[in-house]
Amino acid sequence: MSDLVADLLAGKHSALARVITKIENRSPGYREVISDLHQHTGTADVIGVTGSPGAGKSTLVDKVAATYRERGLTVGVIAIDPSSPFSGGAVLGDRIRMASNAGDMDMFFRSMSARGSLGGLSTATTDAVTALDAFGKDKIIVETVGAGQNEVDIVRTADTVAVLVPPGSGDDVQMLKAGILEIGDVFVVNKADLDGADRTVQQLREMLQGQSGRPNSGHHGATELAGDHGDASTDDADAVDDEPETWDPPIVETVANRGDGVEDFLNALATHGEYLDRTGRREGQARERFAAEIRTLLREDANELLVDELDRRGGIEQYVDAVIERHTDPYTVVDEVLSPLRECLDDPGDGS
Amino acid sequence: MSVEQEQTERTIRCLVAKVGLDGHDRGAHVIARALRDAGFEVIYSGLHRAPDEVVQAAVQEDVDVVGISILSGAHNTLVPKILDGLKEYDAFDDRLILVGGIVPDDDQEELRGQGVDEIFGPGASMEEMIDYIHENAPER
Repeated sequence: MSDLVADLLAGKHSALARVITKIENRSPGYREVISDLHQHTGTADVIGVTGSPGAGKSTLVDKVAATYRERGLTVGVIAIDPSSPFSGGAVLGDRIRMASNAGDMDMFFRSMSARGSLGGLSTATTDAVTALDAFGKDKIIVETVGAGQNEVDIVRTADTVAVLVPPGSGDDVQMLKAGILEIGDVFVVNKADLDGADRTVQQLREMLQGQSGRPNSGHHGATELAGDHGDASTDDADAVDDEPETWDPPIVETVANRGDGVEDFLNALATHGEYLDRTGRREGQARERFAAEIRTLLREDANELLVDELDRRGGIEQYVDAVIERHTDPYTVVDEVLSPLRECLDDPGDGS
Repeated sequence: MSVEQEQTERTIRCLVAKVGLDGHDRGAHVIARALRDAGFEVIYSGLHRAPDEVVQAAVQEDVDVVGISILSGAHNTLVPKILDGLKEYDAFDDRLILVGGIVPDDDQEELRGQGVDEIFGPGASMEEMIDYIHENAPER
């Protein structure tokens, strides 16, 4: 075990920060670090917070983190901001909103930039959560702008996903339909003191009910089918029923900058946590997550091997030339490059 | 992979911090943008930060560069507090500490003695600062 890992496990803040830096940079040795940390994880409760820019994510996260800290829990936050596609630089401003936790070292806040390669970011986020979990954080919050598939992937790191919707965003609510709606376990209409908040709550409620019969229950592509009682409100959710218990996402109203509704929000998160434990969904989600992680890593590593192999064969350009000249075709090229690998794997007598 | 190769690929992270009762953040904004455009990742602290908040940010964000902007003249009080905090969390040695603002010559001497790497006063150009960071960013 490296000194860095030992320092992190001993609770040294700078070591935790350095591990996350290694993860972000994919510095040599970061894989060993994550491997060493893995066995120390599994105790943290991971919450994902997403929503359109300006919805109030950072402000709400600040208040939530402060409330957890008052309850004596330790908190880690990862806030992900976009980076400039031109310079690769970024201004990470979420920290400005962290006023309620100023100077509190047991509230670990880390800004991460998308660094242009969103695909890899979900891996980096997963690894950063691993680091915070191993460090011993009770609650880990992952905060990101909800704008598409990549963010959805990031948010899947979480046990419970909260989706923030600002009021008066009729079109935004429409947009939510396209993906974010399915992954939300708890919906938050923030800035609920503004005009149009009631209407937004109403729209959200209609949309969520309109989804009854969706193969929902938890989130993250749950396997069991929702029953016919999709209209059942949360109140009679514990009615005696042989159907697998489903989750109806609650809608919470908050005014994050005043701290209004934060308790309600935390209660909703806790209720979802209990639901996950009661139904065994938490374990199921963890299994799905690890399966997805293994698949992603396999794909990335195999891809790297193939890039090296292509280089050894003189680069991709010569193949492209041959394809353009109609001497060969892409499928034949792939077969040719992959054939040694295929032989290796098909030969049972070798290296098994 | 050689260290040199790693250095060129590494993204440099900078903290731009405003400390104390100083409401002048125009310069800090301009600098944050310039650093971003130079390809750095910039964490901006916001106004009126206490020294321990700056330390918290510098440690947790694991920045390579701690940029402290002070135009209020309180640098002799605030900067040492930040330096002490960084040392306490073992986050002083491998970090570049820069101060920007109006610092009299006598004070500059003292701040450098305490561990500030460079001080940029009025008239310093962006290129100067960006070049300085590129040349002096700590190897890790």
